[in-house]
Amino acid sequence: MASYTVAYEKSKSFFEAYERKAELQHQTHYCPGCGHGIVHKLIANAIDELGIQDRTILITPVGCSVFAYYYFDTGNIQSAHGRAAAVATAVKRARPDSIVLSYQGDGDLAAIGSAEILHAANRGEGITVIFINNAIYGMTGGQVAPTTLLGQKTTTTPFGRSEWNEGYPLKVAELLASLEAPVYIERVGLGNNKQIMQAGRAVRRAIENQVRGLGFSLVEVLSPCPTIWKLDPVDAQRRVREEMPKTFPLGVFRDRTKEAAARPRPPAPPPIAEIPRILSVANGLPRTKAESQRSTIQVDLRVKIAGFGGQGVLMLGEVLAEAGLDAGLEVSWLPSYGPEMRSGTSNCHVRLASRPIDSPLVSRPNALLALNEPSLDKFLTSVEAGGWVLYNGAALPDGCARADVHTISENFTQLADELGDSRAGNMVMLGALLEATGMLSGDSIRTALERLVKSQRWLEIDRQALGRGREVARRGGFHAS
Amino acid sequence: MRKQLTKGNEAIVKSAILAGCRTFYGYPITPASEIAEAAALYMPQAGGVFLQAESEVAAINMLYGAAAAGVRCMTASSGPGISLMQEGISYLAGAELPCVIADIMRGGPGLGNIAPEQGDYHQVVKGGGHGNYRTIVLAPDSVQEMAGLTALAFDLADEYRNPVVVLADGYIGQMMEPVEFPPASAPRPAPGWAVQGTAEARRNLITSIYLEPDGLEAHVRKLDAKYRQAEEREVRAEAWRTEDAEIVLVGYGIVARVLKAVVEQARACGLAVGLLRPITLYPFPSGELQRLSRRARMFLVVELSNGQLWEDVRLAVEGRTPVELYTRVGGNVPSAEEVLAVLWGKARPLAEREELVHG
Ligand code: SF4
Repeated sequence: MASYTVAYEKSKSFFEAYERKAELQHQTHYCPGCGHGIVHKLIANAIDELGIQDRTILITPVGCSVFAYYYFDTGNIQSAHGRAAAVATAVKRARPDSIVLSYQGDGDLAAIGSAEILHAANRGEGITVIFINNAIYGMTGGQVAPTTLLGQKTTTTPFGRSEWNEGYPLKVAELLASLEAPVYIERVGLGNNKQIMQAGRAVRRAIENQVRGLGFSLVEVLSPCPTIWKLDPVDAQRRVREEMPKTFPLGVFRDRTKEAAARPRPPAPPPIAEIPRILSVANGLPRTKAESQRSTIQVDLRVKIAGFGGQGVLMLGEVLAEAGLDAGLEVSWLPSYGPEMRSGTSNCHVRLASRPIDSPLVSRPNALLALNEPSLDKFLTSVEAGGWVLYNGAALPDGCARADVHTISENFTQLADELGDSRAGNMVMLGALLEATGMLSGDSIRTALERLVKSQRWLEIDRQALGRGREVARRGGFHAS
Repeated sequence: MRKQLTKGNEAIVKSAILAGCRTFYGYPITPASEIAEAAALYMPQAGGVFLQAESEVAAINMLYGAAAAGVRCMTASSGPGISLMQEGISYLAGAELPCVIADIMRGGPGLGNIAPEQGDYHQVVKGGGHGNYRTIVLAPDSVQEMAGLTALAFDLADEYRNPVVVLADGYIGQMMEPVEFPPASAPRPAPGWAVQGTAEARRNLITSIYLEPDGLEAHVRKLDAKYRQAEEREVRAEAWRTEDAEIVLVGYGIVARVLKAVVEQARACGLAVGLLRPITLYPFPSGELQRLSRRARMFLVVELSNGQLWEDVRLAVEGRTPVELYTRVGGNVPSAEEVLAVLWGKARPLAEREELVHG
């Protein structure tokens, strides 16, 4: 048997036979003279040299190279057209020790995926992007790409690319190099062996950066597509060498590989036992006394609270609901939401009940807290007979009186102002409601306030406001014994 | 354990983290933004990832990457954002990747408004992206269910390797109710199929391409078999006072809550009314509706969309029983009194007809 030395062999990062391919499993699906095969080889060599085959995850979106997983014996994720940079972002963040390569063509990266690549680069994601620029859509049969040269004829620019119709060729390397975050950006070509050697060095460097934990690296590769260009492989390579660099100059556009700091590693996660505390979910806390001794009185309070934004409408409702919960009642709180909260009117629906609450929407309130006149106008007629109407005004406006409801009319805002802050008008009103209806114990209200109000100063004002409200109700002769 | 007054949108995030999810990618939109905001607050503290993406398109593809890498992940949006995510959802279903998507519906079409609506029913329940796929759709009607169904969504997503949508409306997202949260579970280990950048996982491939027609047909059949299995095993619905119901109301989400009040009021007026509330919108509780149609003399579907749910109820009932429809859209939610009046209007002719027949 003759002995021989292997001088050159297929990269280990390629499969021996391409079994994921339906036929011709010993060769690639690329056309003769296509640049993809060359770049695949450069990538596979770099993976071998860096010893990262197990760690590598290759992401290939739509384009001629979508089948790269036929060849690369690494982790493979095929993704949607243009979205590889977004997919790569999440893969790298989920698996920080993996080496994530996003392999994208010019239609994919520079057209439909331009937002995703821009933002991934701008965030400095710790990924490596190999960008194949052949100035055309190959897979779909030769349509214009953002990188198509001016004057170049394609199936969708049959008269040649015009700066007035399709605009100028998009210079991705230059564009991304204007961002702060990228670590390394270089444009290389496959125009001759010398250029290919340089491309190999750039690809390796871009991957090595990631192995070192650095941020975003991208290599743009000017690459021949003889089939669509309708040139033989030799002429196609000549075009890459002689014509394309006039629009897409070769060179390094960003290189911070020496000085860049490694991206910070995610901190160790907290122990699982800590999670409830982090989320402030009260797992394991005992029920409060009131909660465990469910109230035996039958309660069905349906409250509508309405006023201007900034009058504390939602907060009033929240304190009421929180206190109801503390008292062992079923509760619900439902706000109006959206722009109307920023200006104009605001309202919320609160229910406190002994029985499970069906609808949290209050359409027939038995208590209306109207913090302004428009709210009174809007909701007064909906109040159930025998219900309560608390109005924030010295007297009910003309024509607003209803004989079949209890009414407390008082300038609550002014009373709060006397206590030191007009914004506590909502709590004065709540105090009056509680006193009049005899609904909740002082304990429950205090507990609710302590849960919701963090500032000591406000806690004090709110307590006084509640007390003032109770006085108002008593003075008006409303006192549920 | 103590119940806590919690906002619907916040309950989703807390429940997701307690279920071992540590990855959230999203994009702000009213009325779902609090979900992203809560995730931004809690995910990093829990050792997880939160990122506000450049668009919903990017966000859903980030889920694709995270799910491919084997971690539990979620996003949240509302109508217009969900429209943008549909392509990605199709890829996720095609590549059999689990994830959870919360849709807090608002008014549409187009910019519509931010008030509660249920107009996303078709685009979510029928699978709004391209190709032959379904998403499992869960419809909470309370804040407790926002928490509970989010946890269930993660389990179903893993079990079926498919996106699961928690479909709620603006009110369920914005309202507060007491919630009891479950204990925290640790993030589950990555499934064997995930691409993880390790020696063991090196041969794994995530893809939705099947170039050969026979290959794609086999893949679609396999997905179909999963959906049939879900239809057999995962249907959930709440039957509320339906035992003796002659009129069955059908509605989900906030509408179901209003309808419970309608049931009480109608029964107080002597009408034998019940409610069937689908909890899973896909798989749809067709069997339960068929069963009820044997006794019921009328169904009344109430929805915040223009008859989208109604179509599924009619398909289920197959013409055996009249299926009436009452809708409000644009952000209006009917009051119980309003629905009761409609119910009276529809029940009277029915009663009169019955008398003619029996008389
Ligand atoms: S069409 Fe062009 S890019 Fe695609 S495989 Fe053929 S030569 Fe390569």
